[in-house]
Amino acid sequence: MEQRPPKPQAGVFHEDVEAVMPVSVKNSQLIYEALKACGITLVSALPETWLVHLIQMAEDDPQMILVRLAKEEEGVGISAGAHLAGAKSAMLLQNHGFLQSVNGIVSLARLYRIPLLMLISYRGELGEPDPWQTEGGGVTEPVLRALDIPYERLEEPAHVAHRIKKAQTLAESSLKPVALLLTRDLMWEE
Amino acid sequence: MMLRIDALRAIYPGLERRIVVTIMGAVSAELQSLGHRPGFFYLLHSMGLASSMGLGISLLRPELQVVVLDGDGSILMNLGALTTMARYRPRNLVHVVFDNESLLSVGGFPTATATGTDIAGMAAAAGIPRTSTVRTVAEFTAAFEEALRANELTTLVAKVEAKGPRSFLTDLPMLENRFQFQRHLRDVRAGRG
Repeated sequence: MEQRPPKPQAGVFHEDVEAVMPVSVKNSQLIYEALKACGITLVSALPETWLVHLIQMAEDDPQMILVRLAKEEEGVGISAGAHLAGAKSAMLLQNHGFLQSVNGIVSLARLYRIPLLMLISYRGELGEPDPWQTEGGGVTEPVLRALDIPYERLEEPAHVAHRIKKAQTLAESSLKPVALLLTRDLMWEE
Repeated sequence: MMLRIDALRAIYPGLERRIVVTIMGAVSAELQSLGHRPGFFYLLHSMGLASSMGLGISLLRPELQVVVLDGDGSILMNLGALTTMARYRPRNLVHVVFDNESLLSVGGFPTATATGTDIAGMAAAAGIPRTSTVRTVAEFTAAFEEALRANELTTLVAKVEAKGPRSFLTDLPMLENRFQFQRHLRDVRAGRG
């Protein structure tokens, strides 16, 4: 790849987040290793708190192409291009970003039978302290069901590798989007 | 002002050997009227995402030259894509925007470029290293060939008339196009293309 985005200056932001926001490094690592084990070579992402370590792992991995997006729906186009070009990819996004991407999911990924592995940080469930996250939490699963997107929740570290592998397998065999919901219990260490 | 079909005809020989992703509507129908090739993919919906698809292909397949044939209505729906393309700056991507200042395929309503929005200016401000706006077929042909030779990400805006074919339907089914395009991308990797 020609160019990687500028590294965060001395990892300042990253360290700050680690200090004040207890996002699980260990479970982020489990998720990242599961993606690698599936043969994922491109990850698109829109940064958000729960995904901070995952994105940093992709950034630090010379074998991974990380595409930082301006808006999540772009990631559907990038993954479609990646699939047709012969590569496996995944999208890292918040549930609000999933809601933002619905047209691309319907009128690109579903219309053109593109396998799309989405790892969605599931904000706004029980335990959510941020009022602004709560509406998205309530509609995420109904929208996934309305779009006929198979999904599973990731809560237990022991389930991570297996469920990511299963999701990737179904996405590839059905040529359709499949989602995994990264829950508070998995991502947040309180 | 130029017609898009004349602009496409002028660059068609240069497209035949390349990977091409187009938007829906007139661009797709007109390119197919000149002759479909297995390396041409027509994104018949998802306005705005042709540029993102082109970016994905170009990042993963640096050995291929990728041409996106975009439109003003489409790129205006995904302006962030200009910033993402600029951020990763693939050298093998030429991004052409046919700007007819109109949403032609849904009734010809004017887009913001009709009242002065400058797509090449926005692309340059986003950080795309080579940008220009052209208004004649001769200028367009020269700028396109220069972009292919430049080995640097280019957004080339071609101002065209808001005229298109009578019908946007073609006899190529979407999924046939999609699977043929995927096989073509696999075969060119294997040296069979």
